[in-house]
Amino acid sequence: MSALRIEQGSTSHSAYDLRDYHAEVIEKHTLAVLVDNEAGVLARVIGLFSGRGFNIESLTVAEVNHENHLSRITIVTTGTRDVIEQIKAQVGRIVPVHDVHDLTVEGPSIERELALFKVEGTGNNRIEALRLAEIFRANVVDSTLESFVFEMTGTSEKIDAFADLMRPLGLVETARTGVAALARGSAI
Amino acid sequence: MTRQMTGAKMVVQALKDQGVDTVFGYPGGAVLPIYDEIFQQNDIRHILVRHEQAALHAAEGYARSTGKPGVALVTSGPGATNAVTGLTDALLDSIPLVVFSGQVPTFMIGTDGFQEADTVGITRPCTKHNWLVKDTDQLADTIHQAFHVATSGRPGPVLIDLPKDVQFADGEYTPPAKAKISHYQPKVKASIEEITDIVALIEKAERPVFYTGGGVINSGPGAAMLLRELVDATGFPITSTLMGLGAYPASGKQWLGMLGMHGLYEANMAMHGCDLMINIGARFDDRITGRIQDFSPNSKKIHIDIDPSSINKIIRVDLPVIGDVGHVLEDILKVWKSRGRKTADVSAWQKQIDEWRAVRCLTYKNSGSVIKPQYALQRFEELTKGMDRYITTEVGQHQMWAAQFLGFEDPNRWMTSGGLGTMGYGFPASIGVQLAHPESLVVNIAGEASWLMNMQEMGTAIQYRLPVKQFILNNERLGMVRQWQQLLHGERYSSSWSEALPDFVKLAEAFGAKGIQCSDPKDLDDAIMEMINYDGPVIFDCLVEKHENCFPMIPSGKPHNEMLLGDASTDGAIKSDGAVLV
Ligand SMILES: Cc1ncc(C[n+]2csc(CCOP(=O)(O)OP(=O)(O)O)c2C)c(N)n1
Ligand SMILES: [Mg+2]
Repeated sequence: MSALRIEQGSTSHSAYDLRDYHAEVIEKHTLAVLVDNEAGVLARVIGLFSGRGFNIESLTVAEVNHENHLSRITIVTTGTRDVIEQIKAQVGRIVPVHDVHDLTVEGPSIERELALFKVEGTGNNRIEALRLAEIFRANVVDSTLESFVFEMTGTSEKIDAFADLMRPLGLVETARTGVAALARGSAI
Repeated sequence: MTRQMTGAKMVVQALKDQGVDTVFGYPGGAVLPIYDEIFQQNDIRHILVRHEQAALHAAEGYARSTGKPGVALVTSGPGATNAVTGLTDALLDSIPLVVFSGQVPTFMIGTDGFQEADTVGITRPCTKHNWLVKDTDQLADTIHQAFHVATSGRPGPVLIDLPKDVQFADGEYTPPAKAKISHYQPKVKASIEEITDIVALIEKAERPVFYTGGGVINSGPGAAMLLRELVDATGFPITSTLMGLGAYPASGKQWLGMLGMHGLYEANMAMHGCDLMINIGARFDDRITGRIQDFSPNSKKIHIDIDPSSINKIIRVDLPVIGDVGHVLEDILKVWKSRGRKTADVSAWQKQIDEWRAVRCLTYKNSGSVIKPQYALQRFEELTKGMDRYITTEVGQHQMWAAQFLGFEDPNRWMTSGGLGTMGYGFPASIGVQLAHPESLVVNIAGEASWLMNMQEMGTAIQYRLPVKQFILNNERLGMVRQWQQLLHGERYSSSWSEALPDFVKLAEAFGAKGIQCSDPKDLDDAIMEMINYDGPVIFDCLVEKHENCFPMIPSGKPHNEMLLGDASTDGAIKSDGAVLV
């Protein structure tokens, strides 16, 4: 149950072969980390990232199994393959961590983020904002005569794209949850 | 069969149930209930140190010389912050420690109460794990877990923070057998495929070298025995890190000596030129690798380590194997024997190594009038070699010379601060070792500057009648700093003089110990024997050559094959890109 998922076997599975020749290419990976829901566990994970100079693009955490006091931390991180492997191994050896899954390499997965956007404006801008919101399937969850609050769920890229469109139309405030992710299929 | 008792009593009961016999500590308001319990029993002996840092280093000395976890007890606030250096030291050298700190009562946490510090926050990055216990019913279970975490997998320090009200309150005691089974169960055995791959590489290698580290010592004396069997049966040469000395005997035929920045020429050249590197329980530390890009360029590398995060962290290896050194070695031997104990012809490689040995890299210019530090250690080695001997060190040139000139025949006999390089480690560590081995000769090889960092422990040595010998190689310099300033900073010796030193003989006498001073090489043997034969603590002020440099040396940023030897020109040896490295 090694957190470092190096394939077992002969030297033909050497660590050299696991890496390609683009070792310097920065990749983005989504990690799902199952932890004991105890005081300070999030600080341990975050402290590891800051202490060792790793990146966090997004982080979400919530209890997912009340009976067994387990929480799931979803981390989107970037780094070379070496760095990503090192991050997984380092996170994997934190004592309250049960499991580290790299959803980016372990087969297809779904990632979703929820965002709220406050857009102020009147006239054409307001009409255009509403029209675009429909196209992006964003819901209006609050409105005044001069503003809307849109709610939208999707991949981070989709949310980025919507934010870009709203900016010239009067986007004044954004709140995002960070990524939640699960592997596809029935396996857990 | 559960029992009600106070949290303070639980601490003592759990320690007894964990087989602890010695606790190093220092009292204060937030741990008084525990001290009260310690007072009322005789199974656990409490050693009152003179500074909490020393409690931790003493516990490390105890742990490293016995293979058992060391235990320390400190109060809240300043007691806990003083423990931080010891925790970090133990973390970097993978030493199992269980440390208890007092804390303000739960209802005062967060109010900046008297002697309140966020101890779990401060110690989170310098422990393997830590706990703040807020409920007395959870306490015993947490302590048992703490011992499990400290000693399993890659060992390390853990800390339990104990608010005072939790110590006073009653709760239910859980004995170790009833404690929750932790999900923390690191993998100790390698797969048969991995073992077979290792053996296949061993069978084919023409220029092999074993590169071993502290992991062999941590895996226990059994692992060292298996290592010896494998090394002697294959006839492959073996080197070790500073941390691993003693796992393979220094008198062994295959022994190359220590490798690394101040390692032996033959060891570093063998690492550079090998075609198969078998890393057993070492972690490619920067003191070992030198310039990464040029590290052992033509070898296949096997790395056996219990910690997955050590794999491919610094050096990419061809065959990573996660497991406990002892288990893996046992399996390698089994499979290698069953396949007919094959090795390739390594005689050309042996011959090459003999040529490197013939360089005699530890040669130094001796003197008839001043004691050379190397000479002092050679004489010390000669006079104490066969004895039941434990060595600790401080940090600096003397430490590296000790590693070069002393020979270790067994594991757990050599205690030095490797990863953190903590000046002030050696003296308290010698106290911990002596407590664990009351009949043995325990000597701290020290530099005068390091030794002063925890000299208050003379009080502890006297109080507990610990005959620890403080062999100070006094060069009146922060010698290692001075050496770097000479090589790297244009001989500008900024603050590297040990000024205003005490009279060490009088200092010893002031504490009620024996002081010896020696400055003439002709008197040295007698003086060393006088130190050894004295039944009590001794401070030996050995006045040595002040400007001796420690060689060989791989300058920072250089590869293994660009070592500086003793008589080499050192001008401009270190380039500016190397100078930024530590
Ligand atoms: C606590 C601490 N502070 C600073 C250093 C940096 N340092 C490394 S060696 C050294 C000099 C040690 O002098 P001494 O103990 O006399 O030993 P020598 O090198 O002279 O043998 C210093 C200051 C350190 N390792 N630890
Ligand atoms: Mg000195």
